[in-house]
Amino acid sequence: MPPRVPVRTSVRTAPGGGTVTAQAEPSDRRGTEGGVLNVFSHGILLIWGLMVTLPLLWAVMSAFKTDKEIFTSPWALPKALHVDAWGRAWSEAHMSQYFLNSLVVVAGSLAGTMLLGSMAAYVLARFDFPGNRFVYFLFVGGMSFPIILALVPLFFVMKNMQLLNTYHGLILVYIAYSLPFTVFFLTGFFRTLPTSVAEAALIDGASHTRTFFQVMLPMAKPGLISVGIFNFLGQWNQYLLPAVLNIGDENKKLLPQGLVALAASQRYKGDWSGLFAGLVMAMLPVLAAYIVFQRQVQAGLTAGALK
Amino acid sequence: MQHGKYRFIAGFLLIPLAVYGVFVISPFVQAIYYSFTNWSGLSSKFEVTGLRNYRRLWNDELFWKALGHNLLLLVLLPLVTLGLGLFFASMLNVGGRRRRNAPVAGVRGSSVYKIVYFFPQVLSIAIVALLFKFAYNPNSGALNSFLDAVGLPWRPEWLGDPDLALWCVMAVMVWSNVGFYVVLFSAGMSAIPKDFYEAALLDGASRFQTFFRITLPLLWDTVQTGWVYMGIMALDGFAVVQIMMDGPGPDYSTELLTYYLYTKAFNDGQAGYATALGVALLIVTLLFAGVVMKLGRRERLEF
Repeated sequence: MPPRVPVRTSVRTAPGGGTVTAQAEPSDRRGTEGGVLNVFSHGILLIWGLMVTLPLLWAVMSAFKTDKEIFTSPWALPKALHVDAWGRAWSEAHMSQYFLNSLVVVAGSLAGTMLLGSMAAYVLARFDFPGNRFVYFLFVGGMSFPIILALVPLFFVMKNMQLLNTYHGLILVYIAYSLPFTVFFLTGFFRTLPTSVAEAALIDGASHTRTFFQVMLPMAKPGLISVGIFNFLGQWNQYLLPAVLNIGDENKKLLPQGLVALAASQRYKGDWSGLFAGLVMAMLPVLAAYIVFQRQVQAGLTAGALK
Repeated sequence: MQHGKYRFIAGFLLIPLAVYGVFVISPFVQAIYYSFTNWSGLSSKFEVTGLRNYRRLWNDELFWKALGHNLLLLVLLPLVTLGLGLFFASMLNVGGRRRRNAPVAGVRGSSVYKIVYFFPQVLSIAIVALLFKFAYNPNSGALNSFLDAVGLPWRPEWLGDPDLALWCVMAVMVWSNVGFYVVLFSAGMSAIPKDFYEAALLDGASRFQTFFRITLPLLWDTVQTGWVYMGIMALDGFAVVQIMMDGPGPDYSTELLTYYLYTKAFNDGQAGYATALGVALLIVTLLFAGVVMKLGRRERLEF
């Protein structure tokens, strides 16, 4: 149903703002309406802003308190900055180890995802061959399937291939489950790039492979950054896959997984401040990176949902 | 030249397809096969039992309970999350005091709101679920001590109360996803030409009319995509239930299909039955996506 909007094409804003006089009459009434709405908007927006930030602030405050303070005055500022909980979480509770493990796995899986994803997407976007559509839909179809269904057989596939509880196994699985979105997004992106530059390179005698790496990949940089951010956050924050496929050594856990284990053990010990320190420790680097690169992160995460 | 082209195509597709085939496609196909067997998952021996798992499913009260919870989430979660997302996004983009040279304007500080609302989206679901596990703690958690501080006598058990637990799970999922939709819809709204609003306001349209007659129809594609995303999330919910609830909740009040599947496969040694649950989940997912696409189909508006 087309919107029945009375669009008057005759009245348009001239570059110099020429509609000011035309607007003068109705805007008097609307001005006050706008004022009331403005206060109302700010109020509502502020409330949601508090609902988002207060739980996070509460966790940060608790990480600097003593266990007793956490129980007796949960919303008060810490009386003194106790940082000993941070040391306990960092070394005794293996948070440093979990950070390192996550870095190793995500470095491998992100590089692999970007390489394999862009290779497949480029071929699917730019070359006509029998089965092209089929392969494309095979990849893209993976986006709507519940991962947990595949997880039961996957566990045994990994076990039989001796990949269970190994980093290279996890890296391969992360790559495989990141491919559907990566291929979907990059295929669309490669299609929007002009063909002439690649053709010129081929005529000049560059091979297809060389054209891809030296001409097309640099041209696709904005798309690669978007999907790279998307994959980085998805893989860094991944919980389900390691929770099932990386269940061997305590010291080999990844960050989100290790955090849940830490919560279980510190709770048992009653070390609440250590627990909050661990939580905040995992939270702050991601939030800080997000604040620095917020424009790119927002664009990267919403890229797939915008046409 | 042709020869070189096909070799190149094969060379570039081989490894991605192999990785994808081994770790994604083959487990999915196997899962469907195992759903017709009595495989325990512990030994390599099993028999094909036909539809027995599905008959058992049909008579399994816990399956229906879990499915009911998932369906409740499937209806409410997109409604609440997308509703709030649209509401906040339109306030941020057109809710502000009108300035001289612009027909519509966002409220002041809208970019700061957008940054803050997006916070939960960049955090791992493990962090979010743990945070709320402590916040909901009836004795020392943030929520009850907040109620205490403002002088309210209400002290719910939150996650311990069978009538409240599922709502607590839902609240966490809303909390962590609203920001994504605010940013998504804001991007969509900023692409709508300002002339449309200007013309409508000149004709005396109210803000509600401009929202329902201009913003929403022109944003419809994005809303529909968001609806499918959020629905798929409502059918998951595994991490929140596993981490925050430590299980299916009091009286199975937060049992979800994904968590039930997980316990059947990895705790109870009933992998065959678990995959049947997974197939049921897959069918619900595909039905849902089909319905949204069908119901939501409208003439596409170009602008």
